[in-house]
Amino acid sequence: MIVANRKPFEEIMEMLKSYTKILLLGCKECVTVCSVGGTKEVEVLASEIRLARAKEGLPVEIKEYTLERQCDPEYAAEIKSFVNDYDVVMSMACGCGVQTVAEMYHNKYVVPGVNTTFFGSSEEQGVWKEMCQGCGNCVLDKTLGLCPVARCAKSLFNGPCGGSQPGGACEINKDIPCVWQLIVQKMKDMNMLDKYMEIQPMKNWSTSRDGGPRKRVREDLKI
Amino acid sequence: MSTGSNLEKVLKSGAFAVAAECGPPRGADPEVIRKKGAFLKGYIDAVNITDNQTSTVRMSSFSASLILKEMGFDPVMQMVCRDRNRIAIQSDILGAAALGINNLLCLSGDHQSFGDHPSAKNVFDIDSIQLIQTVKMMRDEGKFISGEEVKGKPNLFIGCAENPFADPFEIRAMRLAKKAAAGAQFVQTQCVFNVEKFEKWMEMVRDLGVHEKMYILAGITPYKSIGMARYMKTSVPGMDVPDEHIERLKSVSKEKVAEEGVKICLEIIERVRAIKGVVGIHIMAIEWESIVAEIVTAAKLYPRP
Repeated sequence: MIVANRKPFEEIMEMLKSYTKILLLGCKECVTVCSVGGTKEVEVLASEIRLARAKEGLPVEIKEYTLERQCDPEYAAEIKSFVNDYDVVMSMACGCGVQTVAEMYHNKYVVPGVNTTFFGSSEEQGVWKEMCQGCGNCVLDKTLGLCPVARCAKSLFNGPCGGSQPGGACEINKDIPCVWQLIVQKMKDMNMLDKYMEIQPMKNWSTSRDGGPRKRVREDLKI
Repeated sequence: MSTGSNLEKVLKSGAFAVAAECGPPRGADPEVIRKKGAFLKGYIDAVNITDNQTSTVRMSSFSASLILKEMGFDPVMQMVCRDRNRIAIQSDILGAAALGINNLLCLSGDHQSFGDHPSAKNVFDIDSIQLIQTVKMMRDEGKFISGEEVKGKPNLFIGCAENPFADPFEIRAMRLAKKAAAGAQFVQTQCVFNVEKFEKWMEMVRDLGVHEKMYILAGITPYKSIGMARYMKTSVPGMDVPDEHIERLKSVSKEKVAEEGVKICLEIIERVRAIKGVVGIHIMAIEWESIVAEIVTAAKLYPRP
């Protein structure tokens, strides 16, 4: 799923400072799962804004609304009837949701309430970790299902750099495991260490973001 | 085929090789590099020029290599994958060879978060092993990564680095074997302080026969102060500094610390020289190039061939 973090409250207030009527727009997909932009978080942020504005003695009118899936124009169309009643839309969805709304409502100022961070999975309650970078050309078969593109700080394909820390932590952060340590351990446990000796070829990054913004068309699904 | 590399010539002759590192300055003054060079002149077979080490902006390795070449050195130009994509890498390889640089050391590079521009975007288009392959392919097959023909092959002696101490330890010798298979002809290791662990690594290297496929130079760094030893132990990723060394430095009076550091360094040199498969040393006297002559002389490695 897509993992996001709420922006600092000061930054949110700064973005909203010239507006009185605010539409606070959540999403029931990934940002609900990672507890940053679902119905509950929209409600919490709305209360915080109201409280802060009351303290400043400034009026505010907030509508809280959470879409089924903000990155889908079909659902984003739900706000059509009332979006123009508001001066600004603050989206609590990931970047895909923010942009779907911004593109659909051309004359509406849409601002992000969260920082979209990574494609990740849940490690434990309240902890998420980055797992995928969407490089468009999956190599997980070469590394026993653990990704050197997203999970190595240097996206190294042929083993760990010389900076990995004792116990197998990444050189940039002792709380992040060196993915090559994990790969090698798995190779060892599965008696496949000889696989490590294969030199992995240079990656074709043209399928990744480096090839420019990507688009996928499935003719068979088009109506 | 041989390159014009003096380092290669010395290694091929069977003499115990000595290289040293020279970090470029954080400015445009060539005199800084010439001054450092003057300390090293005559005492080494090749000089390594670091490429924005620890991700801190310095004069380019390429330029500093040329300044040292003008002084008569055989430069080992270091190249990291952090800051260049395959287009820039191949372009710099051609340029370096065209200007008479004979050695290229292929590295992944420290992550930018350690340096003075942590907000920079990194590149890592290819990794160090793929960089080795690239140089070899351009030199031996006369081909770019794209498969297009290189008109005027870059004749470079190809080097790499390896850290015998970092985890996962069990693949560190295999990693060197991969680098040899990719085309690396010599390796300069991370600084050796923990000699026992280095000996164990060398044993694994020999078991894989890697010492017969490439020249192995042990990395040597003298401790200049207790603070520096502690810093290397705690803050430099992948360093293995034994507590015993720090204790030794602490056991002598303040003005004798550097002397004790050199003493430890000489002991390490003596021990690594005795290891089968080690054919040279690479002295990384960090911001202490002036000590290299003393170390080389005291280790009875002077005069150079």
